Amino acid sequence: MSERREIDGVSGTETTGHEWDGIKELDTPMPRWWLGIFYATIVWAAGYWVVMPAWPTLSGYTHGLLDHSQRDEVMANVRALQTARAAKERALTKASLAQIQSDPDLLQFAMAEGRTAFGDNCVPCHGSGGQGAHGYPNLNDDAWLWGGKLEDIQHTITVGVRSTSPDTRQSEMPAFGRDGILKPEQVDDLTEFVVHLSQRPADGAAVRRATKLFADNCAQCHGALGAGDRKVGAPNLTDNDWLYGSSREDIHDQIWNGHGGVMPTWQGRLTPETIKSLAVYVHSLGGGE
Amino acid sequence: MKHEILERNSILLLVGILVVVAIGGAVEIAPLFWVNGTVEKVQGMRPYTPLELKGRDIYVREGCYVCHSQMVRSLRDEVERYGHYSLAAESMYDHPFQWGSERTGPDLARVGGKYSDEWQRAHLADPRSVVPESVMPPYKFLEQTPLDYRDIKDEMKANRAVGVPYSDDDIVNAPSDLEAQADPNGDGLDALEKRYPKVQARDFDGNPKQITESDALIAYLQMLGTLVDFKTYHPDARENRR
Repeated sequence: MSERREIDGVSGTETTGHEWDGIKELDTPMPRWWLGIFYATIVWAAGYWVVMPAWPTLSGYTHGLLDHSQRDEVMANVRALQTARAAKERALTKASLAQIQSDPDLLQFAMAEGRTAFGDNCVPCHGSGGQGAHGYPNLNDDAWLWGGKLEDIQHTITVGVRSTSPDTRQSEMPAFGRDGILKPEQVDDLTEFVVHLSQRPADGAAVRRATKLFADNCAQCHGALGAGDRKVGAPNLTDNDWLYGSSREDIHDQIWNGHGGVMPTWQGRLTPETIKSLAVYVHSLGGGE
Repeated sequence: MKHEILERNSILLLVGILVVVAIGGAVEIAPLFWVNGTVEKVQGMRPYTPLELKGRDIYVREGCYVCHSQMVRSLRDEVERYGHYSLAAESMYDHPFQWGSERTGPDLARVGGKYSDEWQRAHLADPRSVVPESVMPPYKFLEQTPLDYRDIKDEMKANRAVGVPYSDDDIVNAPSDLEAQADPNGDGLDALEKRYPKVQARDFDGNPKQITESDALIAYLQMLGTLVDFKTYHPDARENRR
C-alpha cells in the first residue's frame, strides 16, 4: 500500500483514510517516549528470560544465568539475621535465668526479644500489658498458679498448662455440680464458704454446713486453709485475685462447672532462647518472685 | 494498511482470532499439567479429616479468607513472625486454596496449636472479649448451630474426583470418623487416628452434647500448619528451590 495518505490541513497529521459523512480520522502517531519505553520493555523481557528463571520445561524450568531463588534469598536473610544475633543468642543459651537478669547488656537483649515474642504470642490471651482477662491469668500481680520464680515461668511457657505436651502442667478442677458430685444446695453452701474464705461477709449457717464439704472435696488441692497449692496449680482462695470472677455467681459457676484454662506448649514453636527471654520479660512485669 | 487484509477477509480474521486465543489459553492452561512438579515432597501432609473438611467449608462460607491469609510468604519478617514459609505441599489438598490476598487480620497458615480451644471459642463468639482492638465480626451462632454433615461422603467423593487421595474406606467411615473426632470418649478413635495421623480429637466447642459448626471450625483451625514435619524438610535441597 504505497499510495500517499492525505495530510490534514489544520493539524498537519496524516489521516487514516476512513471517512464518515465527511468526518475523517487523524492517525496521530504514538509519542516517541512511549514507543521507546514499550520497545525497551520487550528487550528487557528477552534479557529476563536469559538471566532469571522463566520458562517451564518438561522436567522442571529454565534456571537462567543467575539461578535466582526466592527461597534461597529468604533463607540467606534469616541466616544473616541469626548471625547478627548469634553472639547474644549463644550467651542466652549458656546463661542461667538469674545470670541474664544480672547482666545489663544481656538483659536488654532478652527484654527486647521477650517483648516482641510476647506481643505476637501471648497478648491474645494475657492482654497487651499482661493484665489478663476472665479465665486468663494476670501476669502483673503476685498471684501465681504455678509459681512466679524465673524457672517456674520458664517451665510453664515451655510445657504449657493442660496442653498437648506430654510434660504439660496438669490439674483438673472437677465440675462438682455439672457432674453431680455434689448436690445443688451443697454447691450453694460451698460458694458461701469460698466467699467467707476471702474475708467477705457470708451466710454463717451455710459456712458452717460447708466446712466439712470443703475439707472433704476442696482441701486436697486448695489446702486446708484455702491458701492454694502451686504444685497442682490450685489458686489461693483467701486473696482477692480471681481468675473466673469474684462475685457469688462467678464462684458458683466455677464450682459447678470446674473451668480449667489451657495454655499451649511453646516448645518447638519458640526457641529455648526465646522462651528464656519471655520468662525474664514476664518476670519483670511486676509480679516476679 | 496491511491489517486491511484481515479486516476484509472474515475467514482469515477468524483464523487470526483463533491463533491469538490459543496462545493465551496455552499460556494459562499448559502449566497446570506440570503443577505437580511445583509441589514439594514432604512428610506428614495428609488429606483433611471429615470434621476438618467441614470446618474448612465454614471457613470458606463465612469468608474468613477475605481478611485472613493462609500464606507465610518467603520474606524474612514473615518467617520471623509466623514460622517457616508456606509450601505448595501444604495446600495441595485445598480445593480451592485459601491463600487469600488481604490481611486485615493476621495470617492463619500456622495458627494450629497457637491458642487454646477455649480462646478460639471466646474469640469467635466475641472477638473483642479477648482482643479489645479487634475489628472482626462476632460468630456466636457457630456454637449454637448443629453441624450438618449429611453430605460428607459426597463431599469427600467430590474432593477425590479432583485429586485428594481419599480411599473408599475413608469415605465409607466418614460420618463415624467425624463423630469420633468431636467426641474422643466414643468408639472409633483408633480407626480415626490410623486413617488420619496426627489428628487432634477432643470436644472442641466445650459442649459434649452436640457437634456444632464451632467444633468443625476450631478443629480445622487447630490443624492448620501442624501437619508437615519440617524436621525432615530440607529447604536448601535442589528440588525444593523455587
